[in-house]
Amino acid sequence: MIELHNVSKTFHSKKGSVEALRNINLTVDEGEFITLVGRSGCGKTTLLRLIAGLLQPTAGQLSVSGQKVAKPRRDVAVMFQRPALLPWRTVLENLMLPVEVIGAKKSEYLGRAEELLDTTSLTGFEDALPRELSGGMQQRVSLCRSLITDPDVLLMDEPFASLDALTREELSSELQRICLDQQKTVVFVTHSIDEAVLLADRAVVLSPRPGQIKQIVDVDVPKPRSLGHSDHTERLAEIGAELRDLLFEPAEARP
Amino acid sequence: MTADQQMAAEIKAATAETPEAEARLSKSRVWAILLPLIGTAVLLAAWALIKYINDWNAFILPSPIDVVETIIDEWDLLLSNTWVTIFETVVGFLLAIVIGVPIGIALAYWWVFDRMFSPILFGFNAIPKIAIAPLLVIWMGFGVLPKIVMAVLLCFFPIVLSMAAGIKSTPEELRELVRSLEASSVQAFLKVRLPAALPHLFVGLKLAISLAVIGAVIGEFVGATEGLGYLIVVSGGTADTSLAFAALVFLAVISIILYYLLVALENWLVSWDQETG
Repeated sequence: MIELHNVSKTFHSKKGSVEALRNINLTVDEGEFITLVGRSGCGKTTLLRLIAGLLQPTAGQLSVSGQKVAKPRRDVAVMFQRPALLPWRTVLENLMLPVEVIGAKKSEYLGRAEELLDTTSLTGFEDALPRELSGGMQQRVSLCRSLITDPDVLLMDEPFASLDALTREELSSELQRICLDQQKTVVFVTHSIDEAVLLADRAVVLSPRPGQIKQIVDVDVPKPRSLGHSDHTERLAEIGAELRDLLFEPAEARP
Repeated sequence: MTADQQMAAEIKAATAETPEAEARLSKSRVWAILLPLIGTAVLLAAWALIKYINDWNAFILPSPIDVVETIIDEWDLLLSNTWVTIFETVVGFLLAIVIGVPIGIALAYWWVFDRMFSPILFGFNAIPKIAIAPLLVIWMGFGVLPKIVMAVLLCFFPIVLSMAAGIKSTPEELRELVRSLEASSVQAFLKVRLPAALPHLFVGLKLAISLAVIGAVIGEFVGATEGLGYLIVVSGGTADTSLAFAALVFLAVISIILYYLLVALENWLVSWDQETG
C-alpha cells in the first residue's frame, strides 16, 4: 500500500542544512495500522508529510498504491495536531469541505456524515460552530472530516497531542474501533508510548539526528485492545517497556 | 479621611454596595442608556453655562438651544445638503472597496506586485490629501466628482492594508489543510482565505468609513455648491455660527450611522469571530 525505499530528506536554509531523515525503508500493508514513535526532532512528522505529498524527498522513492507520490492525493487524508476547522462553518459544513473540494454532490455524502457523527458521539452538534465545542469534540470533527470521502489511507500527525490524558485515551479507543470497522491503512505519529502500543499493528521506533528507523516492533495482541485490564494487559505492558527501552537507549550505544 | 473622600465612599456605597452589585449595575440596560445621556446633558449644560457667564453673542458661540432652533428652522436646507454629503461619502467608500480590495489581495498573493507597488503606495499615503483638493477642482470642477475622488483617496489605503493583512494571516493549519485536500487555488481563496480575512478587512472598513466622510467634507470645503461642508463654509462667510454648528451635528450623526451600519454588517457576516457568549 505504502512503500518507502531509501527515503532521505535534508532541509536547506541560510544557516546551513539539516538532515532530517536518512535511508528510510518501510512497507505498510493494506489495512495495517502503523505508529511512528520517537522523541522530538526525530523526523516523524517530516516522514508523515513526505507520505502525504506535502514535502518532496531529497532522495529515494516513495509510493502509495503503486503510484509515486508527487503531490497530495485524494485517496490519502491527513489529520493534523490541531483540528484546523473553519471557524465560520458549522460542524456539518466543515465535514462537507473535502466533498466540495472534489466537486461531488453534498447530498450524496449526508448519510455518511450522519453516520460518522454518530460513531464519534457528535449527533446533535451538526449545526454547532467549532468555538462552541470542546477541544476533544473539535478533534472528533476533524477525524470525521478526514474520513468523509472514504480515503484508503489516513495519515495522522499527533492528532490527540493537545488533548487532556482522559479525552486522549477515549479518542484512541474510538479511532481503534473506527479503523477496525472501515479497514483503513493508517500511519499515526505519536510520542506517547501508550498510544503507540494501544493502536499499532507495528510500531516504528525512530531515532533522532538524523531520523532513522531504529527498530520495528510487532504488537502481537488481538484488537480491539484497551489500556484497562484484559487478558493481554501483561503483554501490552511488556511491549510498552520494550519501546521505552528503545527510545531512552543512549545514543552512544547505537551500532 | 478627608470630607471629599468620605463623600466619594458614601456615594459608592449608596450606588453599589459590593463589587457584584457594581458589576450588575454596569451590565444593566437601563443604565447603559441613561449614563451616556446624563454625561451628554452635563456637557451641554457646561456649554450653555460658559456662554452665559461670558455673555457671548450667538455669532461667537451659539447656545445648545440656538443650535436646536436652527436645526428646526433650517431642517429642509440641512437635510438636502446632508443627502449630498451622504451620497459622496457612500459612493467614494464603495469605489474605494472596489479598487482597494483587489489591490490588497494582489499585494498579499504576489510578492512581485508587492515589491513593485508597495513603496509608491506608502509614498502616496504620506501626502496630506487636503493638498490635492485644489488640483481636483482644477481637473474636475465643482460637481460631486472631486468630492467622491477625495473620499476614495482618503479611505482607500486602510482598505488595501487590511485586506492584504487579512489574506496574509490565514492560519498555517488552514493553509496546510487546503494543500492536503488538494484544493485548487480558487477554492482555497473562496472557501478559506477570503472568509478568514473578513475580520481583518472590517477593521479597515470601519476606519475607512469615517475617513470617507472627512474626504467628502474636505472636497466640499475647497469648491462646492452644495453639501454640509459647503454649508459650513457659507455660514462662516455670513457669520451664521448656529448653522455651522447644526451642520456639524448632522455630520457627526452621518458618521455614527454609517459606522454602525457597518458594525451591523460585520456582526452578520463574521459573527463566528466573536468571543463565546
